[in-house]
Amino acid sequence: MEFFFHCLQTTLVAAEFPGGVVIGADSRTSTGTYVANRVSNKITRITDSVYCCRSGSAADTQALADIVSYRMAMHEIEMGRPAAVRTVANTFREMCYQYRDDLMAGILCAGYDRTHGGQIYSLPIGGMMVRQKVASGGSGSTYIYGYLDSNYKPDFTAEQCVDFIRKGVSLAIHRDGSSGGVCRVAIITANGVERRTFTGDQLFVPQ
Amino acid sequence: MSSIGTGYDLSASQFSPDGRVFQVEYAQKAVENSGTVIGLRGKDGVVFAVEKIITSKLFEQSTNKRIFTVDRHVGLAVAGLIADARALAETARTEASNYRADYSAPIPVRHLADRLGMYLHAYTLYSFVRPFGCSVMMAAYGEDGPELFMADPSGVHFGYYGCSIGKARQSAKTEIEKLKTSELTCAELIKEAAKIIYVIHDEVKDKEFELELSWVGEHTGGRHQLVPKDVHEAAERYAKAALEEDSDSDEAM
Amino acid sequence: MRFTTSTMDLMPLQASQPFDPSKYRYTGPNVQPRQLPNTRSQAPITTGTSVIGLQFDGGVMIAADKLGSYGSLARYQNIGRLMRVNDHVILGCTGDYADFQFLRDIIDQKMIDEECLDDGIVTRAPALHCWLTRVLYNRRSRFDPLWTTFVVGGLDDDGKPFLGFVDKLGTAYTAPQIVSGMGGHLATPLLREKMDGQPPLSEAAARELLIRCMTVCYYRDCRAFSKFQIATLKAGSIKIEDDLEVKGDWEVAHFSKEHA
Repeated sequence: MEFFFHCLQTTLVAAEFPGGVVIGADSRTSTGTYVANRVSNKITRITDSVYCCRSGSAADTQALADIVSYRMAMHEIEMGRPAAVRTVANTFREMCYQYRDDLMAGILCAGYDRTHGGQIYSLPIGGMMVRQKVASGGSGSTYIYGYLDSNYKPDFTAEQCVDFIRKGVSLAIHRDGSSGGVCRVAIITANGVERRTFTGDQLFVPQ
Repeated sequence: MSSIGTGYDLSASQFSPDGRVFQVEYAQKAVENSGTVIGLRGKDGVVFAVEKIITSKLFEQSTNKRIFTVDRHVGLAVAGLIADARALAETARTEASNYRADYSAPIPVRHLADRLGMYLHAYTLYSFVRPFGCSVMMAAYGEDGPELFMADPSGVHFGYYGCSIGKARQSAKTEIEKLKTSELTCAELIKEAAKIIYVIHDEVKDKEFELELSWVGEHTGGRHQLVPKDVHEAAERYAKAALEEDSDSDEAM
Repeated sequence: MRFTTSTMDLMPLQASQPFDPSKYRYTGPNVQPRQLPNTRSQAPITTGTSVIGLQFDGGVMIAADKLGSYGSLARYQNIGRLMRVNDHVILGCTGDYADFQFLRDIIDQKMIDEECLDDGIVTRAPALHCWLTRVLYNRRSRFDPLWTTFVVGGLDDDGKPFLGFVDKLGTAYTAPQIVSGMGGHLATPLLREKMDGQPPLSEAAARELLIRCMTVCYYRDCRAFSKFQIATLKAGSIKIEDDLEVKGDWEVAHFSKEHA
């Protein structure tokens, strides 16, 4: 299948570690086989402590992220406390399910909340929602399932987790023509969000 | 009271010259005529006790319940007009259900109290509606521990450690204030709650009443439910015994 | 635009009425450009394969594996497709997992509403089964089906085991053994062999048979998975075993003479 609108044929990876989550993505946005943006940022803020990674139609997922972040901002004001990760994910799910025939959106929703700690929710096309310890999405993810399955450990430290994500995204970039550029990650913990960008030789290249 | 309305009490949408909305105050009167309801917030949950006055011997037992379950984790106890209360309970259920559908989580009772308060308040603003003739208490036990709220016909709502509404609310309040509610467990509070209802019940004015008891807490797994039969009976026995003791000591004096 | 006109409209009886030519002009049937039907009937995306259910002496048992397939990709390997509805009903779902979650949330809310009423009336399996047939048939009639097949289990009003099937078209039946999906071809013969014309199975025998069926499905269904769940319902109890795993027997591999 080929899409001639701006499309995030992409690689998204997220993993939980005790104390938080790390999410990562490549930076290629393509239109057909032309790279429309080589340094795009697919890690999008929804609330201060919940972020999402977008894949599929750039237009659809941007619109979704805008709507959800607006709703969550209202929710936070109304409730007097930040939205739980599950709440954010469920708001995504509702729209992804209701408009499943019209949307091209695969989303990873990850973040941290006081009651349930770090969480990752996978929302593939079709509008289902499932919590996972490790999740991946986008075209590049198919090339790294084996890597993710065999290398993830639930007792990672934050830094080990970042390495795990960085290597996963690198390997996908290496094999997936639709993924490329740099690897952006975000580390979300009780203390907030730290963003990093790995470029050039900071990416892992298999020998 | 009604004689001082002097024409400013016909509509909820009109203030009196001294800044009062009489219709709302009359609605509060309807609550004050009702059987007493108390809510006690303990350390591991909340209990409700209702003095349901039986107006006819022909009623079946346990009809016209005044304690409702709104969602698995939320209980609602009402004083005032029962028909109004039922409509309000249904509104609360819809709110809880919508919250669940939107956010995939049980509604925080603080938020439910907000929403129900707004709903009650909306009925104090227009000439073509009448305010609700009831006050509601809401209780839950969840992530935020035990919580108890009360909203009155004006839409005002507060969180409470212990709360009473209905005709004997003053004496019930005095009784509640004697307890250290936040140090007591549900098992202890349910007995105290039953006792308070028996103590404040006015046998001269209202002969028959039925005691309704419910709780929500750690021991129910966060679910609101009417207390089991054996607990209910034990609480009732405790209340009656305490009452006997009281009257005995009165006689001794 | 009206298709039919009464004779009164066509022929005014009174000549004094002004003549209205439009009443006599034949405009033909109201033809509009032919519209293509709305194609809203989606394809399933994340799917679950077979659900196997059977009755035994005093209850029902339903099994399903824990895989959510994404095409041929075994994407979600730890998702439950069995649901405990209340103390009296269990169900399993084949097909689109998002549609299952959609219906699961609705059923869950129905049960909360029922608990709130607290009038002692509970939904039993035949009632839920019937309700599901209406929902699914309604959606297929709007050309927007919920891409699912449900196996509903429980006890009926007389306390006898009940097992019902409903698919995305609203097709429904009840039977002592029901298999949805690919397993219908693989497991049904095994179930019939042990159940048809024979006294009801014991709980232990039923469980053993179910595991045998799950094993065969795992051998022969490309969308099946080794991890699975079994829900057992008897009067007054529901048990969901969550971490079962098919123990396959691959010894036959050593006897294969093919390409030896």
